[in-house]
Amino acid sequence: MSAATDLTALSIADAAKGLDGSDFSAEELTQAHINAMEQARDLNAFITETPELALERARASDKRRAKGEAVGALDGIPIAIKDLFCTKDVLTTAGSHILDGFKPPYESTVSANLKAAGAVMLGKTNLDEFAMGSSNMSSYYGPVKNPWRGKDGKDLVPGGSSGGSAAAVAARLCLGATGTDTGGSIRQPAAFSGLVGMKPTYGRCSRWGIVAFASSLDQAGPLTRSVEDAAIMLGGMAGYDAKDSTSAQMETPDFTSGLGDGVKGLKVGIPKEYTMDGMAPEIQALWDQGVQWLKDAGAACIDVSLPNTKYALPTYYIVAPAEASSNLARYDGVRYGLRVEGETLDGMYEATRGEGFGEEVTRRVLIGTYVLSAGYYDAYYIKAQQVRTLIAEDFRKAFDEVDVLLTPTAPSAAFAIGDKMDDPVAMYLNDVFTVPASLAGLPAISVPAGLDGDGLPLGLHLIAKPFDEVTLFRAASALESAAKFEAAP
Amino acid sequence: MSLDKDTVKKIAYLARIRVPDEALAGLAGELSNIIGWVEQLAEVDTDGVEPMTSVADMSWPRRDDKVTDGGKPEDVLLNAPQPENTPDGGFYTVPKVLE
Repeated sequence: MSAATDLTALSIADAAKGLDGSDFSAEELTQAHINAMEQARDLNAFITETPELALERARASDKRRAKGEAVGALDGIPIAIKDLFCTKDVLTTAGSHILDGFKPPYESTVSANLKAAGAVMLGKTNLDEFAMGSSNMSSYYGPVKNPWRGKDGKDLVPGGSSGGSAAAVAARLCLGATGTDTGGSIRQPAAFSGLVGMKPTYGRCSRWGIVAFASSLDQAGPLTRSVEDAAIMLGGMAGYDAKDSTSAQMETPDFTSGLGDGVKGLKVGIPKEYTMDGMAPEIQALWDQGVQWLKDAGAACIDVSLPNTKYALPTYYIVAPAEASSNLARYDGVRYGLRVEGETLDGMYEATRGEGFGEEVTRRVLIGTYVLSAGYYDAYYIKAQQVRTLIAEDFRKAFDEVDVLLTPTAPSAAFAIGDKMDDPVAMYLNDVFTVPASLAGLPAISVPAGLDGDGLPLGLHLIAKPFDEVTLFRAASALESAAKFEAAP
Repeated sequence: MSLDKDTVKKIAYLARIRVPDEALAGLAGELSNIIGWVEQLAEVDTDGVEPMTSVADMSWPRRDDKVTDGGKPEDVLLNAPQPENTPDGGFYTVPKVLE
């Protein structure tokens, strides 16, 4: 194995030690990842590569370190940024035709925080258009291939919507990547790609400068190859931001502080309603195994009930499209992106949006427009908001008894590119285990826990109380230690 | 509730998305399936339940009602598809609205 390959196999934690010990420079570490990125273009993980910018930032990091001014564990660490985060002077597409050529004159708060922490951006990763999808197949820039392959050798999806980020981290093209999660868009691709994917509490990361999908649900979070790396990377992303009025005015804790504490005495809830009709035996078996692992590590596993779980997905598919139809009204061909000419102002809007939005985005904007329209608003939108209240109350009651909840992450392993495209509802079912926590704004994490019969990764999912990410990472670390997931694509 | 082609045409206009006539029937079928599926919420008893309008139990920060940003006309027009620049400053342009 060459030295360059070794550098791409490191964790963020070990790479930081190597940089501190002068085993290699940030420039060498970055160059190794640029080479890997260029050799893996077949995956279509990146929409835009930024190698010159990356090398410039890596050299600046080396200079800081030489002067003893390195700013922390992320200084000099090559990462990828989901192309939903606005990056100053770098093309930002949201995976959509309608943002053709858009180069923001500003930087999103999360990517600015990572930059200030010294992280080196390698490029912008592919995603489902406007983060709407669970397969990365709705991207205007084409599907992403999962670096994992099944026994039959077919190309598989990496999950979505943060599919490019997941593929890039899994294929060792970067040490970590940002994702965004509205209903499962970090956690489901993490499960499909053998990674750790973490969505923090709503309000922990600023949404400022992230292309908005559903503003009451969207949260940024990390995709990494270990729980410790996720905790380190979230530390570089989180923090109060006056530019996002829903940003939480709270101190950012040291998310790594509980990692070595174990789970002795921790109360883990097992929600019985997550046992779905027709659930794959492999998923149930992995979940049972997860319960046993945590028991063996000293946790108390307790059955709990979240009675409204089955209504979470239909609630989400009213609330999220409603918010999306409002958020996406800004793409009108006037101020940025694509413009398709029309005779009248309305004609120009219709032509631009008809050509600029793909099929899934069109479906969701139309659903959102319908449920918000006169005569249907109360029956659909208000009803969904009421059920959302009940779902959040279910969690509150469960957390009176337990510290965290354990569930599967996704109902299956990665599926083939092109599957489930003719049935939107079948595609939506991918998020059945991740959506409830999103509706309640809770922090949650997917940890790689095993392989299915085809040798494909499966994940387990932990959910914690609001702003209790430290306990979430602590439980996830115990799960990771027990699962000993070492397989690579 | 099933959506017919005319309803789809109407909401597509409300959303200002041009949908070709030949795509209306397929879209009506897909949207009807989705709406039919979300209608299972009708079986939940929500009498007296407050709609959830805020995710976190916290009061959101307030600030003085003062301008904190702006004065960047070049940035604002940077990505405009057809900006018009005049000696007095730049503009967005749209098709003629007033006769």
